Amino acid sequence: MTMEENTVKPGLFEKGGKLGWLHSTWDAFDTFLRVPATVTSKGAHVRDSIDIKRVMIIVVIALVPAALFGMWNVGYQHDQIMHDLPGFWNQFFWGLWKVIPLYLVSYIVGLAIEFAGAQIKGEEVNEGYLVSGMLIPLIVPVDVPLWMLAIAVAFAVIFGKEVFGGTGMNFLNPALLCRAFLFFSYPSAMSGSQVWIARRCGADAITGATPLSYMGEGMDAVTNAGYTFWNMFAGTVPGSVGETSVIAILIGAFILLWTGVASWKIMVSSVAGALFVGWLGTAFGATDVPAYTQLVMGGFAFGTVFMATDPVTSAQTECGKWIYGFLVGALCITVRLFNPGYAEGMMLAILLMNTFAPLIDHCVTSSATKRRAKKVSIA
Amino acid sequence: MSNNIVLKKGLNIPISGEAALETMKTIAPDVVAVKPTDFKGFSPRLMVKEGDKVLAGSPVLADKQNPDILLTSPVSGTVKEIVRGEKRKLLAVLIKAEGKDAVDFGAKDPKVLKADEVKESLLKSGLWPSIIQRPYGVIANPDLTPKAIFVSAFSTAPLAANAEFAFKEDVKAIQAGVTAVSKIAKVHVCVNSGNSAFAALQDATVHTVISQKHPAGNVGVQISHISPIKKGETVWTLSLLSLAAIGKLFLGGKLDLSRKVAVTGPAALKTGYVEALPGIPVSALEGCFDPSIETRFISGDVLSGENIGKDGYLGFFDNQVTLIKEGRERELLGWANPLRFNQFSSSMAYFSWLLPKKKYNMDTNTHGGVRAFVCSDVYGKVLPMDIFPVYLIKACLAGDIDKMEQFGIYEVLPEDLALCEFVDPSKNDIQAMIQSGIDLMLKEMA
Repeated sequence: MTMEENTVKPGLFEKGGKLGWLHSTWDAFDTFLRVPATVTSKGAHVRDSIDIKRVMIIVVIALVPAALFGMWNVGYQHDQIMHDLPGFWNQFFWGLWKVIPLYLVSYIVGLAIEFAGAQIKGEEVNEGYLVSGMLIPLIVPVDVPLWMLAIAVAFAVIFGKEVFGGTGMNFLNPALLCRAFLFFSYPSAMSGSQVWIARRCGADAITGATPLSYMGEGMDAVTNAGYTFWNMFAGTVPGSVGETSVIAILIGAFILLWTGVASWKIMVSSVAGALFVGWLGTAFGATDVPAYTQLVMGGFAFGTVFMATDPVTSAQTECGKWIYGFLVGALCITVRLFNPGYAEGMMLAILLMNTFAPLIDHCVTSSATKRRAKKVSIA
Repeated sequence: MSNNIVLKKGLNIPISGEAALETMKTIAPDVVAVKPTDFKGFSPRLMVKEGDKVLAGSPVLADKQNPDILLTSPVSGTVKEIVRGEKRKLLAVLIKAEGKDAVDFGAKDPKVLKADEVKESLLKSGLWPSIIQRPYGVIANPDLTPKAIFVSAFSTAPLAANAEFAFKEDVKAIQAGVTAVSKIAKVHVCVNSGNSAFAALQDATVHTVISQKHPAGNVGVQISHISPIKKGETVWTLSLLSLAAIGKLFLGGKLDLSRKVAVTGPAALKTGYVEALPGIPVSALEGCFDPSIETRFISGDVLSGENIGKDGYLGFFDNQVTLIKEGRERELLGWANPLRFNQFSSSMAYFSWLLPKKKYNMDTNTHGGVRAFVCSDVYGKVLPMDIFPVYLIKACLAGDIDKMEQFGIYEVLPEDLALCEFVDPSKNDIQAMIQSGIDLMLKEMA
């Protein structure tokens, strides 16, 4: 697989070359295709084979099961109401046809801004958007108008990331920021019961409420609407494209945990936080939805696995990760219990905790410093 | 033993080319270099000029700030050339070796010496600069008395010389060296097992470090577990190499820097040990490398050693030369290829965990471009110290003295975070960042 030594990289794109102003773009495609020939100049002479491209591609791979399931589910949900898409493959390809435009918009708008930003700063293009671009179509309703999505992506990339200096410098998860922008700017396209099931061009909206929207009325309402623990676990219910199937999300979680790309501490503590508040809710009569059912409803699982664990915007210290994850889970269920008007608490819980993560880390590092200062030296 | 230090974190880099436990030859060099650049905090003033005759132990350079601190010639001969770099920075004094004459400093029994007498002998013989002072890793200040002196009697660095083999004949000299420096301050020695030849050293507190993973052998890691350095404190560290030379100085009265040097690395045609002096040219290792392959010559190990080039000279503190290939090959879609069995990664993102015994022919490729810090948990896993590496690095980058103090700048030298640099997916030059922080501290605290 190795190529000959790279001595003939076109001078055209090098700094000072005719198209030198496109250097960042050239470099992005060049290093995308082939490992760069750079050798270590200072410090450790050998380096681990892992790089950010590899980290990001693993997250993308982990998202594939949820994305594929989401595509089929788009078709399946349509068929459940309209009965015009018989068979698995019909449903899958119809869903694929619905989801692909979301991906095109997400990647074209997002990457264009990333490339332009890198070009202006004269830096290499960051790989972070490979993941954000993969996430965004999975956390929006399938029928979201593409122009809204484009504006939201632009907002999230520019104001969520680029103004802070790009991937690694942002403090809010860009994909969630995109969803929050859509939610607060165009609430009618993002909530209610008419947006979750894809319709045919020009047809009237199809009503199909998500399990969460029945939650305020209690577990009986959820069950009466036909939602059981197991079909919510499998994911054959309406919802955002990629968030419904806990099975597909667990496959992704396994990949992320096995490779060590995502923090198991955040995932475990987020589940613990959700169960704790869910249990409090049932114990004090705020709801009759069992705590474990909360885990398979709405965006909780997807958020816990793919969003809360974003290494840049979550807590950085190991102890901080426990606190951060627990609060994400706890806040998510708190929002669900006390705000039935907008029952999807995960997005707000994670964004809120993103802003608090630096504070958590500050507390953890300061207490460690105090502890160190007290250490008795035995010499 | 009560003095056990148990360390769990760390990483052994499975690089091929470990030195075979045999002495290949004795290198009698034509030219030997005295390099002031090996010593942090030493501003050199020349005491010789080209053509001067010197003996082994004759002063060659003195420190401008403290003229008592000398660098002496390891061989007798004639000063051949004074090598200067940019802005006339003094890089090396080359000495053409002739004869075996040495300055006689007089043999002394270290047991009956006083601290001042030990200091004076070390200063005169040019062995003083082998004492490193922490914080900051500079030459020890002879006017200070440190809190303690620390010695690591083993190395866990990649392909490092085997201490039991390399110092087999020097145990007596090392004991004399320990006895001598114990007059100045309490000595702590760390060994990796109770069976070590150095576990029975007298005049020192012996600690056993229970860990087989790098950087357990780094003296900085050991200090942080025995007696962390706080603001205002100083400790000194000595290597076995320096202790052996100090011991030989007192036992024989002469400067003897000879050492067994491990020739290692995946690009070494033949590995093993050579008898040599610091400052020998690496070109004297002919036959150990293939001149037709672009090879990097490292004085020291692959993590913290210095790239000295094919015309370079062995460093004062090193008893290891590592030869690795320059990695300028470009692999197609390397980041996406799921297999890549020839690539080592400490993360599970590759499949090198399937082959825990495999040794890799590593080269100098960075395997990726420089990015901002993204992952947060990879660094702490390879650093068995009570510090937050990324916070310390960011404080160094920001030049924030308060934060650097808070996050433990006094306890570390760049070598302690070398593994963080190795595993960093963002490919930052972490050791250089830490050094820039230390340089700033030195400037501000002066």
